[in-house]
Amino acid sequence: MHTVDTHHDEGKGQYFWVWGALLVLTAAEVGLAYNQVFQPVQMLEALMILSVIKSALIIGWFMHLKYEIAAMKWVMMTAVTICLCLMCVFFADAFRIVHLGVK
Amino acid sequence: MSDMAVPHGMAGEFEPSLFGAYSKKIGMWLFLLSDTLTFGALLFAYSYGRISNPDWPTPFHKESIINATIMTGCLLSSSLTMVLGVLAARRGDRSWTRNWILFTMFFGVAFIVLHGMEWTKLIAEGMTPSKNPWSSTVQQFGGTFFTLTGMHMMHVTIGVIYLGVVALRKKFLPILLICWLAAWLGTPADSVFHVGAHVILIGAIVAAMIMFLKPKDYDAHDVEIAGLYWHFVDLVWMFIFPLVYLMSTRITG
Repeated sequence: MHTVDTHHDEGKGQYFWVWGALLVLTAAEVGLAYNQVFQPVQMLEALMILSVIKSALIIGWFMHLKYEIAAMKWVMMTAVTICLCLMCVFFADAFRIVHLGVK
Repeated sequence: MSDMAVPHGMAGEFEPSLFGAYSKKIGMWLFLLSDTLTFGALLFAYSYGRISNPDWPTPFHKESIINATIMTGCLLSSSLTMVLGVLAARRGDRSWTRNWILFTMFFGVAFIVLHGMEWTKLIAEGMTPSKNPWSSTVQQFGGTFFTLTGMHMMHVTIGVIYLGVVALRKKFLPILLICWLAAWLGTPADSVFHVGAHVILIGAIVAAMIMFLKPKDYDAHDVEIAGLYWHFVDLVWMFIFPLVYLMSTRITG
């Protein structure tokens, strides 16, 4: 097996910290949802914020995007974020159905 | 036909790789971005249904939430073992690379088994893709749930097979076939595992074609891009878990 040159700190400890943070954030999500701390809309917002933080940890550390060059980070993340945000256009119709019914 | 002299030393011949990364890594990132849009569309479709139906079912009791939380823990732990495998591969430590990948596969299989048990329970309660016992006005609940979680479970299964090929190469094929036979013959005909077992067979056929047509010794780059795929599977679950399970908890007593 070939070895690969690495240009960044390869300490294992940081990955255990990230794993621990992910578990703690997951426990927080379960606690919020199971105790129904917020109303549904606020709950959705809280859970999505926690999920985005967890995603950033996974993409940055586990997928090593943190260590890639800036152009790669910006191109990859901006493209996918814009595409996903464009999908939000459909939610206006979902809310319309709730208030006006299917017409 | 005129002969074209191709001058050497043109800019394109030794053009630096995109983003300074090797091509397999760029290829995997682009695939993952496209897969993100696939899962994004499914998650948005589920959320659309969730918002537009005030009677959306909330079937997930305490047991289901505990089960899904353990499944989440399995995937998070598998990501840790995967990244440790990537580090071992970079050091050139073949033995620990294989061991960490096998740990990752163990957590992946645990996730699949727990998810299959969850599906079996829901089907036993009367849930199908076209109806559910909790809300007769929201028929699409089963369809969206099974499509979204099924697509993810298929990705996890493909990921386990992918990792097995990278870690064990041709030795993994007989293991896959034994797993397929055990899952197919050892489960009742109406079980989720009985039908799902054929995904293993298809995976074994595809893996065999790849390994016999293009045999190679998988290096640290291959381990790293296999890791990218695996972490993506983990990443998608970080959205499915809160949106599907936590937003549909049923609190009793």
